[in-house]
Amino acid sequence: MKIAVCVKQVPEAAHRRLDPATKRMDRSGEGALNAFDANAVEEALRLKDTGGEGEVVVLSMGPEKALDALRKALAMGADRAVLVSDDGAAGSDLVATSKVLAAALEREGVDLVLFGQYAADSEGAVLWAAVAERLRRPLISQVAELTVENGSLTGRRQTEFGYDVIRAPLPAVVAVADSINEPRYPSLKGIMGAKKKPQELVSLADLGVEAGEGASRTTVVALGDPPPRGDSRKLEDDGNAAEAIVEYLAEKRLL
Amino acid sequence: MFLEHHEGELLKPSLAVLSKAAQLGGDVEAVLAGSGVEGLAPRAGGYGASVVHVADDPRLEAPLPQPRVDVLARLVADGSFDNVFFASSILSADVAAALAARLDAGLNWQLTDVAERDGGLVGTQPALSDTVVCEVGWTSTPRLALFRAGAFDPTESGGEAEVRRVEPQLEDFSTLAEMVEQAHEEQSGPSIEDADVIVAGGRGLGSPEAFSLAEGLAKALGGAVAATRAVVDAGWYPYATQVGQTGKTVSPKLYVALGISGAIQHKVGMQSSQVIVAINKDPNAPIFEYSDLGVVGDVHQVVPKLTELVRQRRGG
Repeated sequence: MKIAVCVKQVPEAAHRRLDPATKRMDRSGEGALNAFDANAVEEALRLKDTGGEGEVVVLSMGPEKALDALRKALAMGADRAVLVSDDGAAGSDLVATSKVLAAALEREGVDLVLFGQYAADSEGAVLWAAVAERLRRPLISQVAELTVENGSLTGRRQTEFGYDVIRAPLPAVVAVADSINEPRYPSLKGIMGAKKKPQELVSLADLGVEAGEGASRTTVVALGDPPPRGDSRKLEDDGNAAEAIVEYLAEKRLL
Repeated sequence: MFLEHHEGELLKPSLAVLSKAAQLGGDVEAVLAGSGVEGLAPRAGGYGASVVHVADDPRLEAPLPQPRVDVLARLVADGSFDNVFFASSILSADVAAALAARLDAGLNWQLTDVAERDGGLVGTQPALSDTVVCEVGWTSTPRLALFRAGAFDPTESGGEAEVRRVEPQLEDFSTLAEMVEQAHEEQSGPSIEDADVIVAGGRGLGSPEAFSLAEGLAKALGGAVAATRAVVDAGWYPYATQVGQTGKTVSPKLYVALGISGAIQHKVGMQSSQVIVAINKDPNAPIFEYSDLGVVGDVHQVVPKLTELVRQRRGG
């Protein structure tokens, strides 16, 4: 089975900021593999191990230094990396990004496309559905348990209301929840070996698609500060905390 | 407005976003997809929908996104709608994102507000763990928007809606995914998306049994019980109640945090609550940094008393 894992390099949490000039995520500093994507990589490796054969390709779109994040996935055990890197792709929103990834996935011709649960920088949990739509493939999201058998996959997930078990034939698109597994740490051997694994840079022209702001349909107009929370009070329980809370709630008209 | 329903009820977050859409002015129509759901449609009129398009079909029974995209895409293409609104949920996020790709339309998510400006719309989108607030826009129509749970209140306007049946025409790939099993967890009281008051429990409760403290207080306050990632992972409480980065984002009128330290992963799920009250025995717990009222104390001492006082006060 050939599996593609769509991953993203995200700025380190402490350095995450929006550039006031472009209003885009500042990607100039240190980046790392989006932690939720490591679960998708792990699941792909597990499926490959279980099936006994196949290939795991990690795919991303981003600046050239996003190769660092892809190398982490290679160090975990993925076989090959493809990075769509093009100045013309900067500022791509959901519709533009999904178009690029779908084109790159069509070019690969994979049986299964995996996504992680959430992008820690854009706080988005939407890309897989847009990609599945463009590929015209069945979609299962939020999967906490995945099995593949005889060309069909079964995903168990938790929703607002309880458990769902959903089945779909391959080829398909699956987004995994981070509860699905515990991603392995790359071994030293894995890290050394990652450098020698194939890492391909692809341009938008190679894929024959347009991206970037011109192909996007959303825009960030302005950046501002969150509204202040107002005065906060803190007290130590001296035996009367319950009374103090009730008074406070009454004052806020919450009782 | 894409309406969600569950067990014979329209969901409150959907009605809340519908109310907001009605307040923006203009003609607001709603879409309801499912099996045996036509009877729910008229209720949407009371929240501002002039027309409810109902796709009632056995193939739409399972709450799966792709057939719903087919229904919406056809309606939006035929009806020249400017805006398509969704209340955030696992289902709606998948539907909205796939619809965006189908129509090559812009989608903004996690919105907490929306307003008209210069003939267009501007959305309010907290970003970077709510440390920044972005004003976001769309460069074309239709404009697709996913709103955070609790962003708006449902407001009854008392109108009536015309119900129109639509025949779903489904794409071949849309019905490939099938629901094999659906198990609903027992729920008593309001769900956390619907609740005005949430009492949430964390590891500081000490044991699964101690969740009865949270349940008792929630009952007294007329609210719902939520849980942190840590206690859900530990199997103390169901995932449906998980608040935080990998759970739900809620913004009730009152959020009471019991024994929750308040790490950033939890904070992003509840910090837009109107009033936050935290009880924790660790005076250095991060939750006190963003609580309106912080109580350093033992939940096992404070909560039973608090519950009793609230009960007396509310006459319950």
